Amino acid sequence: MYFSAELKNRIDTIVSEHETNLSALLPVLREVQNKHGWLSKESMDEISEILDIPASNVQNVATFYTMYFTEPVGKHIIWQCRTLSCALKGAEHVEHYLCEKLGVKIGETTSDDKITLMEAECLASCGTAPAMLVDNTLHENLTKAKVDKIIEDLKNE
Amino acid sequence: MPELRVIRKYVEREDSHTLKSYVSSGGYAALNKALKMDTEEIIEIVKKSGLRGRGGAGFPAGIKWSFVPKDSKKPVYLCCNADESEPGSFKDREILEKDPHQMIEGIIIACYAINSHKAYIYIRGEMPYGAAQIENAIKEAYQRGYLGQNILNSGFDIDISLYRGAGAYICGEETGLLESIEGKKGEPRPKPPFPAQIGLFGCPTIINNVETLACVPHIINNGPEWFAEIGTPKNTGTKIYGLSGCINNPGLYELPLGITAQELIDEYGGGTIGGKKIKAISPGGSSSAILTADQLDLKLDFDTMAEVGSMLGTAGVTVIDESVSMVKVAQNLAHFYRDESCGQCVQCREGTWWLEKMLREIDEGKGSMEYIDIILDACSQMRGTTICALADGCAMPVASIVTKFRDEFEEHIKTGQSPAERKHYMGDWA
Repeated sequence: MYFSAELKNRIDTIVSEHETNLSALLPVLREVQNKHGWLSKESMDEISEILDIPASNVQNVATFYTMYFTEPVGKHIIWQCRTLSCALKGAEHVEHYLCEKLGVKIGETTSDDKITLMEAECLASCGTAPAMLVDNTLHENLTKAKVDKIIEDLKNE
Repeated sequence: MPELRVIRKYVEREDSHTLKSYVSSGGYAALNKALKMDTEEIIEIVKKSGLRGRGGAGFPAGIKWSFVPKDSKKPVYLCCNADESEPGSFKDREILEKDPHQMIEGIIIACYAINSHKAYIYIRGEMPYGAAQIENAIKEAYQRGYLGQNILNSGFDIDISLYRGAGAYICGEETGLLESIEGKKGEPRPKPPFPAQIGLFGCPTIINNVETLACVPHIINNGPEWFAEIGTPKNTGTKIYGLSGCINNPGLYELPLGITAQELIDEYGGGTIGGKKIKAISPGGSSSAILTADQLDLKLDFDTMAEVGSMLGTAGVTVIDESVSMVKVAQNLAHFYRDESCGQCVQCREGTWWLEKMLREIDEGKGSMEYIDIILDACSQMRGTTICALADGCAMPVASIVTKFRDEFEEHIKTGQSPAERKHYMGDWA
């Protein structure tokens, strides 16, 4: 099989903390994605076996939620908010700037596999728009200088 | 006038999220008090306070709690809806990140009142920091004996688990949320049965919003009369209003329910950026029908908003000034609902898709005049015809924008003006 012993142990712990095997599915998908970067067909099949639920359930759920990736993505994910309050503060301009700077379109990954640019729907940062979530960090009141710094830090790490 | 801060009272303290800070300002005293009361008494207090749900629908919280069958042989669950995803809403995030213990205390009291021993906090996937704060707060509460077996020697057992979503607006719909906790796609369930009868894992379940639950300890501490005196008769308590868009001082403002939009915008928001005229506001999150500039003297409360065909929703007020294209606003919103439709119901899946497409074509100068009536017709067919309210949430703002700004849509279609030809179609950025 495909998962490391350590990952399998983690999954067992997660399952033991949930009321049913199925209800452990979302956290297990997150755990596997955190380890492997994305959810391959092999990963989803193995999850299906470990949780003893149909593979189609796993795929259904993995493709329903936007934060699970069933194709490879970059090391870092930028979730750039496009929804109304951010749009009123220039989200379209932020998007164009990011696309140009990274040389990608929304949904694409930079050629060095470092950054994937995704469109986010309302990040609950309307009062501090425009905003974007980079991995686990929310960046608010974005300016060009802030965006430049964020990208530079991601590229240089 | 300063804000009337009850829930936001300590958010500016650096350690406001810690149990130490919370207890030092009187936190968990309400729990002590509640555990000595009869469960019915607590429900009566919450009913008497007039507390209405802060998540969107404004349903009286005490009445909701009383729907749980008293003789349930199955376990009862409480779910705290921390899936805050409604465009324009950002109030719950602050509670989750900066003062989570009042919500946790509210959850424990609510569980005691409805005889539940297990609660879930469902937080959206896009809030990793909030999730970490909640995880810490839960841990602290266990360590201090507010959670677990026989809490505070009351004989009452209560566990709370954090459940993280993974990017889906629809999981904020209460039965979509339940499906998600069960490990499924967040597809809302037909109702009835209502969750209070058949909810999580087939058991009686109450779902309350973060802010609603955060109100509970304050009501227990200060009494229902205190809460009921704030605001207007059927719209009681303070409300955390969110202000965003074309406004000088965007942010959160906790005020008595029923402040007018004009007061909120002028006194707290500092007016519009550059002093531009207001064209419209979205009063309660993106799913609410928009209000026009002549409606700004209306009270932002549940009943007033319902009377004019809109809703208070989450009280996330988005201000749109005269430089903004309403075609673009409608398209932006339709895009959101198209992306977030779970796809179960034809009216929603197809309706949101077609609305977005037609609005985009109008915006790009490729629309035709007949689109206007087709859009309005589609909106009316989307309303009240689906399993959940997402289709309504799209149809209400879109229909209100197209109806109230029909001239602008017609002009746009006639001149075929495309975004590139306009300077200020939406949002500048430096």
